[in-house]
Amino acid sequence: MSFTETFLNWDVLVSSLPLLLSGLKVTLLLGFVGILFGLLLGLFLALVRIYAIRPVSLAAKIYTDVFRSIPILVLLIVIYYALPFVGLRLSPFMSAAVALTLVSGAYTAEIFRAGIEAIPRGQFEASHALGLGYRHMMADVVLPQAIRIVIPPLTNNCINVIKDTALASVVAMPDLLKQATQAQALEANPTPLIVAALIYVALLWPLVVFVGRLEKRYRREER
Amino acid sequence: MPAIVSIKNLHKSYGSFRALSGIDLEVQEGEVVCIVGPSGSGKSTLIRCINLLESYDDQGQVLVDGVRVERGKALRRVRKEVGMVFQSFNLFPHLTVQENIVLAPTRVRNISPEVANSKALDLLKRVGIAEQAEKYPGQLSGGQQQRVAIARALAMEPRVMLFDEPTSSLDPEMVGEVLEVMKDLADSGVTMIVVTHEMGFARQVADRVVFMDAGKIVEAGTPAQIFDHAEEERTRLFLNAVLGHKDEKRN
Repeated sequence: MSFTETFLNWDVLVSSLPLLLSGLKVTLLLGFVGILFGLLLGLFLALVRIYAIRPVSLAAKIYTDVFRSIPILVLLIVIYYALPFVGLRLSPFMSAAVALTLVSGAYTAEIFRAGIEAIPRGQFEASHALGLGYRHMMADVVLPQAIRIVIPPLTNNCINVIKDTALASVVAMPDLLKQATQAQALEANPTPLIVAALIYVALLWPLVVFVGRLEKRYRREER
Repeated sequence: MPAIVSIKNLHKSYGSFRALSGIDLEVQEGEVVCIVGPSGSGKSTLIRCINLLESYDDQGQVLVDGVRVERGKALRRVRKEVGMVFQSFNLFPHLTVQENIVLAPTRVRNISPEVANSKALDLLKRVGIAEQAEKYPGQLSGGQQQRVAIARALAMEPRVMLFDEPTSSLDPEMVGEVLEVMKDLADSGVTMIVVTHEMGFARQVADRVVFMDAGKIVEAGTPAQIFDHAEEERTRLFLNAVLGHKDEKRN
């Protein structure tokens, strides 16, 4: 068999495409959920870390440290295979979504914290002096400036979350990777795996390029 | 008439360092008070206690319009009434000039955007930069930025304006335009407390000059009393040192 027949077999591609696309849909949905809830959790943790009273802030710090230390795959397996022993049984999708959110939240918390702490003290003082309350100070002054700072690292985090969705295939979630391995077994041909890999790259390459451009632009503006 | 700002026995220490030790100062409505003195004498710390950007030790008290300045519900009410202009401007860089000015009145005073916007334009005219309303702070010169900061503080219609070395980080050629705006404010009856190194301004505009050193008020009086007939040796030494090598053109 020739190289193309083995790795880029058109007939195999066509017949496995529906399966791959259904997997892609699951991957995208899982990535979206993980990113969205990770962002919300991260923002909450960052605000707690910076502004809450000492013990609460310490708890947030411990959380972010622990969940940045644990491999997502380990966390996922614990959630899926260990929690049922205490009566908590989550579907593969829920397990993966929870694992991704918990870890992504820890990373985004650190990103947001760095962004908020990068805002000069004078911005807070000017807000106080004008009588702005905490809510308006954050919403109108601090966060809009912090968001600009955190967009490149947050986009990096999004890329990581989408990549990490592939781990969900080990708990039998029908994501892109899982469907590709299924199709490969069905067709006895690796083409679906190659196509899946290409889909991941096509999905993430633009984001990688986007981050690179932003970072370059911000560096230039700082000068 | 009760004083708009009343400071009694104000102390502030950082660890063992006493930044302020026993300050008493009353400022009447409409008065312009300039606080002068060497670096590290506690001038900035003093005015930052008036709107609680710095906390102060418990035995003292600061009253603004009769309300004690302390953490809690009353604080925002006090801060609404006290405008502040900083050495480093502290404009919001992600907002246009006009948005900078409109933000606090619409958020804190619940003034409608239309009213706030038209007032912002009036204020910009008053500080002489109406044509810059749509620009961002980063596009303006230092002097223009500081004039925006003054307009932003005025937009809250404060009872008293604090100026914390408003010209100290400006290029020399821009100091005059900012002092000119401040002089206009003083002439229009705005109550002002100004920490400054601009002796010419203090002499010309102040109703009262306060000389501070080492966290204490050494002496206070009319500009003529302080600049021409200082009673304290320390005051004379300081003024001689400052005025000695500074030309007094602006005076």
